[in-house]
Amino acid sequence: MALLDLEYQNIFTRVQVRGPAYHGVSISHEPSDRQGQMRFSHLFGQIGDAQVGPIYLGWTGLISLIFGFAAFEIIGLNMWASVGWDPVQFVRQLPWLALEPPSPAYGLKFPPLAQGGWWLVAGFFLTASVLMWWVRVYTRARQLGLGTHTAWAFAAAIWLYLVLGFFRPILMGSWSEAVPFGIFPHLDWTAAFSIRYGNLFYNPFHALSIVFLYGSTLLFAMHGATILATGRFGSEREVEQTLDRGTAHERCTLFWRWTMGFGASFESIHRWLFWFAILCPITGGIGILLTGTVVDNWYLWAIKQGFAPGYPDVYPPQPDPALLGTGAPR
Amino acid sequence: MRLSFGSWLAVAAVATAGAAITLGSFERPPVTAVQRGFRGTAMELVYNERLLAVNAYLHQVPEAPEPADAGEPYARDTYQNVQVLGDLSVQQFGRLMQSMTEWVSPEVENPEPGAPQRGCNYCHNPENYAEDSVYTKVVARRMLQMTKHINEHWKSHVGEAGVTCYTCHRGNPVPLNVWAQPPANDGSRGRGFTADSARQNLASASVGLASLPYDIFTPYFQDAGDIRVNGSTPLAEGNRHTIKQAEWTYGLMMHFSQALNVNCTYCHNSRAFSDWSQSSPQRTNAWHGIRMVRDVNMSYINPLQPVFPASRLGPNGDPLKANCTTCHQGAYKPLYGAHMLQDHPELNLVQATPAPSEEARR
Repeated sequence: MALLDLEYQNIFTRVQVRGPAYHGVSISHEPSDRQGQMRFSHLFGQIGDAQVGPIYLGWTGLISLIFGFAAFEIIGLNMWASVGWDPVQFVRQLPWLALEPPSPAYGLKFPPLAQGGWWLVAGFFLTASVLMWWVRVYTRARQLGLGTHTAWAFAAAIWLYLVLGFFRPILMGSWSEAVPFGIFPHLDWTAAFSIRYGNLFYNPFHALSIVFLYGSTLLFAMHGATILATGRFGSEREVEQTLDRGTAHERCTLFWRWTMGFGASFESIHRWLFWFAILCPITGGIGILLTGTVVDNWYLWAIKQGFAPGYPDVYPPQPDPALLGTGAPR
Repeated sequence: MRLSFGSWLAVAAVATAGAAITLGSFERPPVTAVQRGFRGTAMELVYNERLLAVNAYLHQVPEAPEPADAGEPYARDTYQNVQVLGDLSVQQFGRLMQSMTEWVSPEVENPEPGAPQRGCNYCHNPENYAEDSVYTKVVARRMLQMTKHINEHWKSHVGEAGVTCYTCHRGNPVPLNVWAQPPANDGSRGRGFTADSARQNLASASVGLASLPYDIFTPYFQDAGDIRVNGSTPLAEGNRHTIKQAEWTYGLMMHFSQALNVNCTYCHNSRAFSDWSQSSPQRTNAWHGIRMVRDVNMSYINPLQPVFPASRLGPNGDPLKANCTTCHQGAYKPLYGAHMLQDHPELNLVQATPAPSEEARR
């Protein structure tokens, strides 16, 4: 059992955080603003705080849930209709089913419901729901006297969502440029988007977005590992240790100085994580917004800018056969 | 590590699900990679040799009968109503009829009750072999001309290997891999004001079980649909092709990939799909192949529509047509490039224009 005895390595949550039920700080001008009973859940205690509730819903939360449910129903029922209301096929084919945006022929007009109108309606409800949830995140943070970092991080994701489904289609003059609602269909759309616009790989903002995406996972892993590794010296009490550096913090910084000569501080690591995370959708959204509106073929753009490498010919040059005969190339 | 019973149960459930997904989704290694382009460009074909061996029997060429002498006596002088095979000697004629029977309608041990007759009688009235009363004889005559047409005019695609009846039929009266237009509204899609299908977003075998548009054959193998979606300028200067068009092109390419059991990189450098200067010669061959299939469907198969009985037509009433899989059937070259035609010189003697009938000759 010695090899398997990993408990001291402190990988899983070991402490059930379960104090007396606590309603949270009171906010004087909103006396009865929290709904629901306070409960305790052992299962939740395995992954976080065992206390569940109270929850603040408010009118923004209420509208967000109703609008989100409307979008969910419109998408789901149209998917179900697309397999003739067959419940078995609905489950079997669910990953393939979608609610498609209108065809290019409709431009920015509102098409009949069956020809993409439902997509616009679902998009409206989903967008309204997401924006209401954002307002809720912002106002809850202000009410508690917090900074609004969470709201702005959320806004970064909303920016990418709006670029894909709203800003870029409007700039392109066609709702058909937007993403379908569907599991595989939105992935096929992503591949088709890259193919149509000459390979997103050569879009520098796409590259930046990937840097921040992978960078986020790397930083997150480094930070999580560092804190867990020094857990038995109390490093999870990060805030205290920021102000009053104790042995856990000393060991963290010493570890990173030894391994790579430099380490983040207990404060700065969170700024690194925050910026890497929000820059991922911000730069990605810029890259999407430029695609088709400004740049039509990213590969040719990379050739023009001189950063796509050339390779020696392996085959005899292939002329375009459409140019050798008559007729339009197809 | 002390885990509760529930935790062990959760770990076991996740492990079982993971194993099921892994075993159900992936081929067992090892795989062989064949380099197709300059190193570092990831242009390579990936094959699983174990699966190639399992499927090798599909691509075997049947043994050719003894060669037959050309020359007199000619079939046109010996038999009646010989419209396209008159230039064959009687020996060659018999040899070709024997081969066609083996290729298209070989006798089966236990025919299904009610199934059409096999052997010679699949096309011929046993009372009178010369008459055209069985529709399959009319079709077969046109198919012989099609074979000649492909071997003569589509060398850009079939090369010197050529095609025979067997390239598509493989012992089946109807080739196994054919297509017809899906019904405009097949009843299983949304009705009324629910969203229409946009002809995509179902698990579709025609596009490799992707959710891409599934009727990729009508626009490209019947109509001369626009395949090219990429622009030729770096900046947006009026290329009006849409992402949805790219999805149709993507679906067509999935069909190629499935039909030939190859990756994108068999033809393309995937960093610039549209660039001919970085493509392999196979892309040029495929370009001609698209046009060949279109020609076959439009000039030979569709005009036979009135000849076919309803049971041989698709749900929209169009005949069953050819695509890449009809011949390739999962091989990069049909029958792995065997030069089958050279053993059947009779097929090169087919007359492109039907010879005038007996009445007309008088």
